[in-house]
Amino acid sequence: MPILWLFLIVLAIAAAGYVIGRSRAVASVGGDHRKMHSLASFYGSNVAIKVFVPAFLFTIAWLLVQPIVVNATVSDMIPEAAIADNSSRGLVMAEVRRIADGLDSAVAAGGMSADFARTPQTDLDDVTQRIKDAGGVVTSDITAPVLNAAQRYRAMNGTGNFIMSGLAILIALGGAWWGIRESHADFRARNTVETSIRALLIGAASIAILTTLGIVLSLIFNTIEFFRLYPAADFFFGTNWAPSFSGRGGSSDLGVLPLLWGTFYISIVALAVAVPIGLFAAIYLSEYASKRVRSVAKPLLEVLAGIPTIVYGLFALLTVGPLLLEIFGKDGLGWMQAGTAVMTAGLVMGIMLIPFVSSLSDDIINAVPQALRDGSYGLGATQSETIKQVVLPAALPGIVGAILLAASRAIGETMIVVLGAGAAARLSLNPFEAMTTVTAKIVSQLTGDADFASPEALVAFALGMTLFVITLALNVLALYIVRKYREQYE
Amino acid sequence: MMKDNADERIGVDAMDIKFAAKDVQVYYADNHAIKDVSVDILDKTVTAFIGPSGCGKSTFLRSLNRMNDTIPICRVEGDIRLDGQDINAPEVDPVQLRAKVGMVFQKPNPFPKSIYDNVAYGPRIHGLARGKAELDEIVEKSLRRAAIWDEVKDRLDAAGTGLSGGQQQRLCIARAVATEPEVLLMDEPCSALDPIATAQVEELIDELRQSYSVIIVTHSMQQAARVSQKTAFFHLGNLVEYGDTTDIFTNPRDTRTESYITGRIG
Repeated sequence: MPILWLFLIVLAIAAAGYVIGRSRAVASVGGDHRKMHSLASFYGSNVAIKVFVPAFLFTIAWLLVQPIVVNATVSDMIPEAAIADNSSRGLVMAEVRRIADGLDSAVAAGGMSADFARTPQTDLDDVTQRIKDAGGVVTSDITAPVLNAAQRYRAMNGTGNFIMSGLAILIALGGAWWGIRESHADFRARNTVETSIRALLIGAASIAILTTLGIVLSLIFNTIEFFRLYPAADFFFGTNWAPSFSGRGGSSDLGVLPLLWGTFYISIVALAVAVPIGLFAAIYLSEYASKRVRSVAKPLLEVLAGIPTIVYGLFALLTVGPLLLEIFGKDGLGWMQAGTAVMTAGLVMGIMLIPFVSSLSDDIINAVPQALRDGSYGLGATQSETIKQVVLPAALPGIVGAILLAASRAIGETMIVVLGAGAAARLSLNPFEAMTTVTAKIVSQLTGDADFASPEALVAFALGMTLFVITLALNVLALYIVRKYREQYE
Repeated sequence: MMKDNADERIGVDAMDIKFAAKDVQVYYADNHAIKDVSVDILDKTVTAFIGPSGCGKSTFLRSLNRMNDTIPICRVEGDIRLDGQDINAPEVDPVQLRAKVGMVFQKPNPFPKSIYDNVAYGPRIHGLARGKAELDEIVEKSLRRAAIWDEVKDRLDAAGTGLSGGQQQRLCIARAVATEPEVLLMDEPCSALDPIATAQVEELIDELRQSYSVIIVTHSMQQAARVSQKTAFFHLGNLVEYGDTTDIFTNPRDTRTESYITGRIG
């Protein structure tokens, strides 16, 4: 029975339960709605929730467990001999699943009867042909053990689905019976529904948190795996980044310091561009600009935030890099070898961060009470004195928070670095040299033919984890600063 | 007591006009908020502006130090003279004017700085002190005049925002006094304060009268009667009546004034 049908049946039971529960509650007081604890619809909803939620949760749980059980059982059926030398159990199992799907579609297309698909067959070519006729994909010739396994796979899944549907419907009916029994005027259906709504909201919030947790866990396991293959001290304190691409382990130098240095150097250049420009733009917009200018300029500035970073990367590669090379390159001051450099990526990243800083700071400056400005003007201060000495100090915690958020954004940026800063990992003070960052190296370690058992690939997870910890610390610090000083002026 | 006091002041300073306003109109966009107000405000006198909410008394007060300039939609017409000088004349710098005409606001608004820096704000901006010692002196003198010195002298480095409401308002008065203004405008300075803090601020206003012309906007008629020598009653943007406080409260000439002070309107 397809899941859709099961869903519709449970929905029908829920709808029926709603109507019955509602009318039973109304009947219990002889139709006088005022004597009921809750509105009539709450009694109906109570039954519907009790039908739907347990059945739904049960189905999800079953669907998660069934494939694991079926795969394990079927996989044990395949004899060692049936697995070719250049193959593996996993590949054979994939073939089994394909053939099972093929049998399904052959039965659905009328190419064979359900009985034919179920019983053991000797004429394997015939079976192969029938599956192919039905549009199924068969890569190699079907062998007897594989066909057996596929048939077993189908049978187990079929029984499993059947049992699941039956149980789910039973659970739904049980829920209906439970809810309908409760439907009396005295029952506090409204409170029960309220609880369910709270559970729903908690569930939504938990999914977000659990996802974060899942991401961290997936990083942690691979990071631990990496540190088993590569010494942690060499990773954290190594000053050389030279992964070998041919050899396996041992010959690679995977020191994170050049990458962290590149990350921070580029971020600092970016912040040196974004913070003054963004802050001054915010001050102009919130304090000096007329309403009309503000209504046009602010959205325009925020358009910058909507540009995909790969476009910024192109801007760095095609415009900023050559421009800098003209001034600082061989024909100019001679400090720069190529267009890709810390300066190129930093400048462009700074432009990307301007709307971040300006938009957040603008909101924060606007939140400074007008009374403070009036107080300053009333003492004979000019506008810029007022801003410098009263408005900015009052807004400072929020502005620092905005800058830290921009910093964590800069640290996590990838595309601009890939296109603008080059790929060479080096420890250098010259901002016109090519450097690279943690994120860019994660990309290069994992793209292409990555073998997830080698330290060269696993190092990406350790890099990701390092970055995650750094940006997390920055975000926590930003939130802490913003929260600590915020209540003071409200 | 009040009568004697007022008579004495009028006797001494009757000719000493600080602010002379003539036919002042104030508009908020299309809203005509102040209509044809003409009033002469005396030096070394407390003048109270009373009237129901929205009658324009605060608006008029704010046009005396051109604070209305900071509101884009606000427009002031007419002639306002401070010591004979038209304050809306192009050669008058509103920033300099505000240094001469200090202002205390309805809600205490200390800056997010230390108590010391709050008071030193004006003197620093206007370069009134020639050194640290002189600045210290100004700060102490101002805090003493605002009757808050004894409460804060041990914690001048503490944040001004950490004081109680009454202390904050007195700090704001000290801040206004520190720039040595000639006139002090107070926009309902006690509306956010409890009775004890109100009494302290009122006492302070009486002392400030020795050196300044003080103009106070208030909703409390008792307060106007207690602290002022002159009272102006505003209603719907008009100046209905202006005269000695005792006359306004005991013998109002206009029926609207009488209705207001006896509680029938407003």
